[in-house]
Amino acid sequence: MTPKRVELDLADLSVRQVNAALQAADQGIFHVLHPGGEHALACGLDAPIEVHVDGHVGYYCAGMNKHASVTVRGNAGTGCAENIMSGLVRVQGDASQSLAATGHGGLVVVEGSASARAGISMKGVDIVVGGDVGHMSAFMAQAGHLVVLGDAGSDLGDSIYEAEIFVRGSVASLGADCEEKPLDEEHRSILAGLLQRAGFAVDTATFKRYGSARRLYHFSIDHMDEY
Amino acid sequence: MSDHPDKPHTPQTVPRKSATFDDYTLSEIRRAAATGIYDIRGGGAKRRLPHFDDLLFLGASMSRYPLEGYRERCDTAVTLGTRFASKPIELKIPITIAGMSFGSLSAQAKEALGRGATAMGTSTTTGDGGMTEEERGHSAKLVYQVLPSRYGMNPDDLRRADAIEVVVGQGAKPGGGGMLLGQKITARVAAMRTLPEGIDQRSACRHPDWTGPDDLAIKIRELREITAWEKPIYVKIGAARPYYDTALSVKAGADVVVVDGMQGGTAATQDVFIEHVGIPTLAAVREAVRALQELDMHRKVQLIISGGIRSGADVAKALALGADAVSIGTAALVAIGDNDPALEEEYQKLGTTAGAYDDWHEGNDPAGITTQRPELAQRLDPVKAGRRLANYLAVMTMELQTLARANGKSNVLNLEPEDLVALTVEAAAMAGVPLAGTRWIPGSDA
Repeated sequence: MTPKRVELDLADLSVRQVNAALQAADQGIFHVLHPGGEHALACGLDAPIEVHVDGHVGYYCAGMNKHASVTVRGNAGTGCAENIMSGLVRVQGDASQSLAATGHGGLVVVEGSASARAGISMKGVDIVVGGDVGHMSAFMAQAGHLVVLGDAGSDLGDSIYEAEIFVRGSVASLGADCEEKPLDEEHRSILAGLLQRAGFAVDTATFKRYGSARRLYHFSIDHMDEY
Repeated sequence: MSDHPDKPHTPQTVPRKSATFDDYTLSEIRRAAATGIYDIRGGGAKRRLPHFDDLLFLGASMSRYPLEGYRERCDTAVTLGTRFASKPIELKIPITIAGMSFGSLSAQAKEALGRGATAMGTSTTTGDGGMTEEERGHSAKLVYQVLPSRYGMNPDDLRRADAIEVVVGQGAKPGGGGMLLGQKITARVAAMRTLPEGIDQRSACRHPDWTGPDDLAIKIRELREITAWEKPIYVKIGAARPYYDTALSVKAGADVVVVDGMQGGTAATQDVFIEHVGIPTLAAVREAVRALQELDMHRKVQLIISGGIRSGADVAKALALGADAVSIGTAALVAIGDNDPALEEEYQKLGTTAGAYDDWHEGNDPAGITTQRPELAQRLDPVKAGRRLANYLAVMTMELQTLARANGKSNVLNLEPEDLVALTVEAAAMAGVPLAGTRWIPGSDA
C-alpha cells in the first residue's frame, strides 16, 4: 500500500498544529509548506514517517528526532536535529550553529556548510557535512562520527572524548586534546559507509582522521597548559 | 612572679594565631603546596553568611489575629506551572527535593528520595546523567532536568516527566559545570552518560544549543512542542544577579523560576568556586520577587528558593519573602543518613569527622549515599531512608504551619514580609525588612 501523502501548510496552520499532526502519525509522507523560518518544526517525532519541509526553517528543526526521516529543502537555523536519537535529518542548504548538538544516534546530513559548534557534545550521532564546518565543531564530542568534505574552522574537536572526525579539506586548528590519527582500513570502511549513506561519492583516501589524545581524561597538574 | 629572686619577671603574651592566616587557611596552603591541585569537595558554602536565622517572625498581636495551633486549618498545597502548562504540578507541601544525579548519588539514595517525597506528596528531581528507573518508579512527581551536558537526555524521559527544569546554573557554582570524578564513573554511570568508564568527567558549563535569553525562549518553545505544552517548565539559576536573571527567565517563557543561593550544595567542584562565587540565598529572594512583582508575574510565575533550607522556619521565612516553594538537597541527604555521627569511626578513617565529611566526589561515603561502590551503597535501605525523609518533611511542614498560624495565616502562602523583622543590619538590607525594633530598612528608598 502506498503511504498516504499529506500536506501541512503553515500559511493556514500553526506550528503546534503541524507538529501535533506529525507527532500523532505512525506512518505516511508529509510535506510541510511555507515554513517561513519557523522554530521547532517537526521536533519530537517518534515514528518512521517521512517529512519534507519545503523551505527554510528556524531553530531546532527535527529536534530530538526518533525514527523519522526529515528533509529540509532550504537552510536550517541553530540546533537543527539537536539531541537526535535515531532516523535521518537532511538539510539541502546550509545549517547554522550547533548542528545535531548532543545527538545520540541517527544520521544528519548537510549538503551545504554548517556553522560553529557542529556536533557539539555529540553522543553517538553520525554527521556528514558536504561543505565546511565552523569553529569549535565536535567540541566535547563523546561518540559518533563527524565527516566534513570541506574545511574545518579553528579548535576542531576541543576536549573531545571518543567521537571520530574525518576532514577532507584543511583544519584551521585542532582544539585541546584533539590529534590527527592514522586513517587505517577499519576507519576507511566506516567512512565509506557514512559517505554512501549520506549520498556523497568521494574517495576516502582524501580524508584525514582526528580523535582524542586522551591526555585530559584524568586531571593532572602536568597538563595545566591545556586547561 | 619570677622563679629567680634576682631576675625581674617579664610578662609573656599568650600565643596568638592570625585571624587572616587561621588554622584552616594554613592547612589549605600546606595542602596546595604538597599536591599542586586545588581542593575539590561537595556541598555548599561553609563560611558564615547572612541567612534566614537572621530574621524573626513577629507573630500575632493587637493588630493580627492568630489561628488555633492544632485545630484551625492552615493549607500547605501549592500548584506550580500555572502560566503555560496544561498539566501543572500539584504539591501537597511547598518543599521539593532538589536535583541530584544518579552518579553523584547511589541508586538506593535516589530511590529513598523518591519514596520520601512521594509519601509527602511532593516532587523530586533528576540530575546530570538522566533519569533512572529507580527514581521514576518511586517518584510520583518527578522533575526532569535539561542540563548543559545533556547526558542521558532522552525525549521519552522528557515526555514521562511531570515537569522539566532547564538548568542554567546552581548556587554552589554559578557559571560552573558539573564534575564527577573517575572513582564514580562505574559501567552503569558511564553508559548513561556515553563516556569511557573511570575517566574524570567534567560537564559543560554552557548549553550546547542556546546562548542568552532570546535563544532560551526558543529552546523552551521546542521543549513545549515536544511535550505538547503539557509540562511545567522551570528555569533554575544560581543566585548571582537574581533580579535580572528572574526577569529574563520570565521573558524566556518559564512557568517556574528556581533560584539557588550559594549555600546550595553540589556533588563536587572546586572549594574556591563554592566559597567565592554567587550570593547568599537570603540576598537573592527579595530581588527575585521584585523582578516578578515589577512584571506583574508574582504568583503567576512561581518562585522556588533553595540553598541552605533546613527547617520549617527557613521555609516560612522564604515564603514570607515571596517564594511559592523551597527546594532542599543537603538537608534531604542528612535526613536519609549523610554525615551521621553513628559512622564517626569510619569518617575518622577518611580523615574527617561526622558533620564535616564533604569528599563526596571520592565515592567512599560510609553512609552509602554519595557513592557508586556497591558494598557501600547497599548499606542504605531505601525504604527506611525514605521514611526518615518523609518524617523530616512532615516536621518541616508542621513547623511551617505553626509559624503561619502564629502570624494569623490560614494558608502558608499568605505569609508576607510584614510578618518579619531582621536581627542584623545586613539581613535587614538583604531581605528588605526592618531591623528589629526600628522602622529602618537599609537601602530602602522609603
